[in-house]
Formats: sequence, structure tokens, C-alpha cells
Amino acid sequence: MTIKAVGIDDVRARTHAFPAPHFLSIADLNRPQVIQLLDLAEAFVALNRQTSKKLDLLKGRTLMNLFFENSTRTQSSFELAGKRLGADVVNMSPRQSSMTKGETLIDTAVTLNAMRPDLLVVRHASSGAAALLAQKVGCSVINAGDGQHEHPTQALLDALAIRHAFGKVEGLTVAICGDVMHSRVARSNVLMLGMLGAQVRLVGPPTLMPAGADRWGVEVFHDMRKGIAGADVVMMLRLQLERMQGALVPSTREYFRFYGLDREKLAMAAKGAKVMHPGPMNRGVEIDSEVADDPKISLIQNQVEMGVAARMAVLASLAARLETA
Amino acid sequence: MTTSQTIAFINARLVEPESRYDGPGALVVREGFIADVVRRPDFGKLSDDIRVVDCNGAMLAPGLVDIRVKTGEPGHETKETLKSACRAAAAGGVTSIVIQPDTDPAADDPATIDFIQRRARDIGLVHVYAAGAATQGLEGQRMAEIGLMMEAGAQYITDVDRPIVDSKVFRRVLSYAKGFGALVAHRPADPYLSAGAAATEGEFAARMGLPSAPVVAERIMLERDLALAEITGARLLVDQITCEDSLERLERARVRGLNVSATASINHLSFNELDIGDYRTFYKLNPPLRAESDRQALIDALSAGLVEVVVSAHAPAPAEDKRLPFDEAAPGAVGLETLLAGLLSLHHEGRVTLVDLIRAVTYAPAALLGLKAGRLSPGAPADLVLCDLGAPFMLDADKLISKSKNSPFDGRRLQGQVILTMAGGKVVHKALE
Repeated sequence: MTIKAVGIDDVRARTHAFPAPHFLSIADLNRPQVIQLLDLAEAFVALNRQTSKKLDLLKGRTLMNLFFENSTRTQSSFELAGKRLGADVVNMSPRQSSMTKGETLIDTAVTLNAMRPDLLVVRHASSGAAALLAQKVGCSVINAGDGQHEHPTQALLDALAIRHAFGKVEGLTVAICGDVMHSRVARSNVLMLGMLGAQVRLVGPPTLMPAGADRWGVEVFHDMRKGIAGADVVMMLRLQLERMQGALVPSTREYFRFYGLDREKLAMAAKGAKVMHPGPMNRGVEIDSEVADDPKISLIQNQVEMGVAARMAVLASLAARLETA
Repeated sequence: MTTSQTIAFINARLVEPESRYDGPGALVVREGFIADVVRRPDFGKLSDDIRVVDCNGAMLAPGLVDIRVKTGEPGHETKETLKSACRAAAAGGVTSIVIQPDTDPAADDPATIDFIQRRARDIGLVHVYAAGAATQGLEGQRMAEIGLMMEAGAQYITDVDRPIVDSKVFRRVLSYAKGFGALVAHRPADPYLSAGAAATEGEFAARMGLPSAPVVAERIMLERDLALAEITGARLLVDQITCEDSLERLERARVRGLNVSATASINHLSFNELDIGDYRTFYKLNPPLRAESDRQALIDALSAGLVEVVVSAHAPAPAEDKRLPFDEAAPGAVGLETLLAGLLSLHHEGRVTLVDLIRAVTYAPAALLGLKAGRLSPGAPADLVLCDLGAPFMLDADKLISKSKNSPFDGRRLQGQVILTMAGGKVVHKALE
């Protein structure tokens, strides 16, 4: 072995106690804290590329994944992150159909709390659900997506992927495109990227743009070509296909024509621009396969890899806080 | 205490809303009615069999008339019973309440109106009236028995929180009700724009990721209602007007001479959308809380008399309906016990004169419904509230008498404690001495 393996000492040196008991929103963090998390996550990126990926920072800790909404990607990302740090991981997916929604959340919170987990990762269809749960349990709650509110670990991994690709985030122009209105990824990224000094643009049809978005410290565009002109990063959002029913957009083909990312529109972006997508993608609706699958321009697979490292950084920091508490 | 004993209240700060008098005064209660009122501290020599209550400068005003109160009886007694609502009302200085017809079953026939009134008579605390549904089952389609309900004692006609979408049906309800001289209350909210909304559309709701409706949803429906009131000539009560935009339309309708009145809820006069903060469901209301500019406009409209009536919009919701994610939680707040203290905040802030505030919860609603309550004149029922205007307290929702504790005033510092409430000459609430 000529390359020095990433070990526990590198990680320990970079681990700082998480600034809050829970990770519910990007607003829980300030810029130096985000940079510390990103630096720690970089160490985990290196670790995850080794054969021996396992540390015991979370040994004896229990991580519960509580997903009221299905998500293979985020759930397995947290599961791997927990396991690689030595935690015991339990996955729970209460079926919303069999109980009324409200009962499920509070009753489950109380029940799970009695099992004494240390870290609780929660995804729920209602905005504020993670915050409500955090009030009812004694462990650290990590918001893995609450309704249309926030998805903070996604924003952290996106920042990590951008920093990995460009070496920095500050000064870059990032265009977030598509269904901004219903997107928790967009809300977390507006806060995150703004905090790190990127120029953020929101691009989408007026029906999918939240009221007052122009007051979020971003530029709002309804013409995608103008919106991505000169952008360093084009971050596409998933369009839920049920939006066709609510008279928000007329058809997938019209949406693709005006707001789908293809090579022609991408040509407007800056030279060397990168494309991102939080997944899962609707190919041919918001993004053309040709763009999504081109390893020279697409960071999409990279985002998945960074996801595990970013979540390891969050878990390790929260565990460090538990240790000092 | 029996109703037959004669009582004199002396050294009071008398607030008489009908004549807009606010000054020293004294008052005699005999046989359940007000027998004498003077605008000086006392009566001089009184006969020995009269019991004298020295008010020590506390405010003596008519008992409050709250025309928008929900209980859970019949149907959902775990939320609130008529009895718990009556006790809460008495504690809050409210001596007349009008029960909303969205009970289970709905009060859409004379039997249910009668049931509510009879239950209240057995309880024997405050005066309880009922409003009747405008359409059968509050479904907005077939007209309810408006005439029979009015005959049974219904005070006005309303489908409560459910707007009557079909304009033809609403026109006919207005037209038909006019034949009985019945007042029709309607909530102005476009149901399509408002569907699924938990907050007011704007920067705040967008940031919080809450489903929201634009304020024009209120204005659109209000303009339709005003147009239908105009062509039918019916008496319309705009239920809980909330925004600046709508107030402008209301004012124009008034100038045109329409017979239209409006209520404001104490919640919309006291809070704005930012109070929702970190998804606090006690602030989830229907209509949702608005921007601060709307709240200010509403206070101005109250002060100017454009909005004449303030209601508690008492809507009990137990913990299991409120301890939920914001968009799943039940809307509404209890308010009977905080209506007066909430209003007094506007007095202490110097926004509205005391007599105008009291008028909006006494004389104005009583006059609107043709009740004799809400005034301090000889012959009026002895419905009174004695209140220490300056007494501070912190509201602890757990100590409320209402069966449900969903008060947005929980933890707030308020001023104005009810010392005594009298309904029909009988003391129905007395603060601990």
C-alpha cells in the first residue's frame, strides 16, 4: 500500500459536534459549520473508496430510518452511512394506508422513543413533520424530507458534489430548474447555496414557482434558455406526474419542450457546465437521457456517491454531540 | 344568590356601548333586569335591603354577546359540550352565545334548534341561542327549513365554514330568507382556490412549504355575495372578513347602501401569519392568518365601524386533532375565555377606544340579531361583566374551562381579568378572591 488509508484519526480530527440537537433545516447551520461538515464528508468520500470502509464511531448507537414515504435512494444511503460508521440500523416504513396519517406519526414517535434509538431519520409527506417529531422524542432527529419544506442532507450532498467537481461553490452560478413550488430539495438548496456564496437562479413555469420566491435572494426566470445562460451548474428537479391533473402544466411533451433539459438548451450554459438531479429522474420529461447519462457533464451518479459521505458526516457530528451531551 | 335580590353596583367605570358612554357610573339590578343606571359613582343613600357591590373603579359593561361559537354537542361531546361552553363563556364574561349549526347531526331543522335551546335552559348559566343551517346537511344544495327554524328561535342562517358554491342556491337562500327577515351569514372563500390550503399564500407559506390559498380567494367570493345581496335585497353578514382587499369591497358596498354587516374574529385582530412560526398548529385557523398589513387594516376597519362585530370564533379541537403535522391538523381555536382580554389588548395598545371595542361584542351583535342584551339601560336584561382592566395574567391553556385547550393565546401575557359575570341577574362566574 503506497497510498495512506483514511483512518479514524483523520476523521476524528475533522469531526466537530453538530451545532443543534436535530438536523431539520439548513437554517440550523451557519457557513463555517457547513464547511466543517463538507470537510469531514470529504474524508468519508476517500474512506468509501477504500476496500475497508468501516469505522466504529457509532458503535453501540442505534439509527432508525423512519420513512413514511417510499425512497429507496435516501433510505439506503442513510442505512449505508450508519452501517459504515458501526451503528445498528433499523428500517421502518409504516404503511400510511393502514392507519390515519396523524396517528401514525405521533404514535410511532412515542413507540420508537421507548426503544431508545440515538438517531432517527424521518421522511414524511407533511411540511413540519420532522420538527413535530423532534418535540416528542429524546433522540436526534434528521429530516430526510418533510413535505414541501426541506431536505437538508440532499442540499449538503449537492454542495459536496459541486465542490468536488469545481473545487469551490462560491462565485458559481447555479440554476435550479423545474417544479420549484413542490420541491423541498429546491428550498434547502436555495438556503445552502446562498450561504456558500453561489448565485442562485430559479427557473420554471409561473405555475410551479412559489409565491414570493423573488424575495429569497435568488433570480427567477420563466424562460429556461435565459435562466441557464452562463450557468455553471444546472440542477434539474423531478416533475411529479400528477401535476398534469391540477392544471399546473398541460402535458409532459409541452413541459419537455420548454423546461426539459436537452443538449440544445444546455448549450446556453457556461462552458464546462455540470448537470445535477436529485433523482429519481423522469427521462424525457424534465431531462433528456443523452444529457443525464453523459459522464462528462452529468454529476448525477456522483451525487449518489456523495450522498453516503455527506450523511456519514452528519451522523458522525450528531454522534459527537451526543458524546459531549 | 337569588335573582330576586336587588343589587347595586357602585363606583364603576361604566362602559355603555349604545350611547358610547365611558365614565363613572352606578347601576341597580332587580328581578333579573337593570332597574336604574346613573352616570355618577353612586346613588347616595340606598335602602338597607339592597346588596351593594363596590366596583372600585373596575369596568362594568354589558355581558358579551358572541355570535359565533361551536361546541361538540350534539355529536362530538369530547371536544366541548354545551355545558362546558357555557361555563367557559361565563368565565370569559360572555353572557350570550350563538351556537353554530355544524353539529352532528347538523342543525338544519327546527328539532335540533329546539334541542340546543332546551339543553341550554337546563344548564341555566348564560343565554344560549342557535343559528340554523342554510342548506340541508350544510351541503350547499337543498335549502334547509329556514322558516321553521326561525320560528323555533334560530338567530340567523349560515352554513358556517362551508361556502355555498352554487350561486343559484345561494341566491335563493338569500331571497327566501328575506321573506322571514332572516339574516344570512356566509363565509367568503372561493372553494377552488382555497382547496387544501393551510396558510395564506405568500413568501412565508412558500418558505415553510405549506399548501396555501391567495387572499383574493376571499375577495372573489365576497364580490359574488355582495352582488347577490344587492339583487335580492337580503341582509347579509360577512362571516370573518380578514383582508384589506375585502374591506375595500365591503366599504364600497356600504356606500352603495347595501344591507351588509361583517364580523372579524379576535384571532385575526390579534395574530398574523408569522405567529405560525415553527408549524404551531394552535395558529392554524380557518380562514388562515393573514399578513400584518391585513391585521392592521382589520383593526382600522373595526375602529372606523366598517366591521361592527367581533366574534371569538370559538372552535374547540382536542389535542389529538391538533398534535399533527400542520397541514393535517384541524383548524380553529377556542376563544370564549380570551375574547375580552384579547380585545382589551387593542385598548391597551391605544388602537381602538374601549367603548368601541366593547360595542363590537355587546350592543352591535345584539342589535344585529334583535336581542335586548348588550346595553346598560333600565329594562335591559341584567347581563353584566365586571372586569379589572389592568390586571395582568399569563394565559395557561391547560387551565381553561373549555374541554379543548387549543388557544393561540397560550403563554401570552394579557391584561384584563373578569371579576364577576352576571347573566339574567344571576352571578354565573366569580373570580377567586
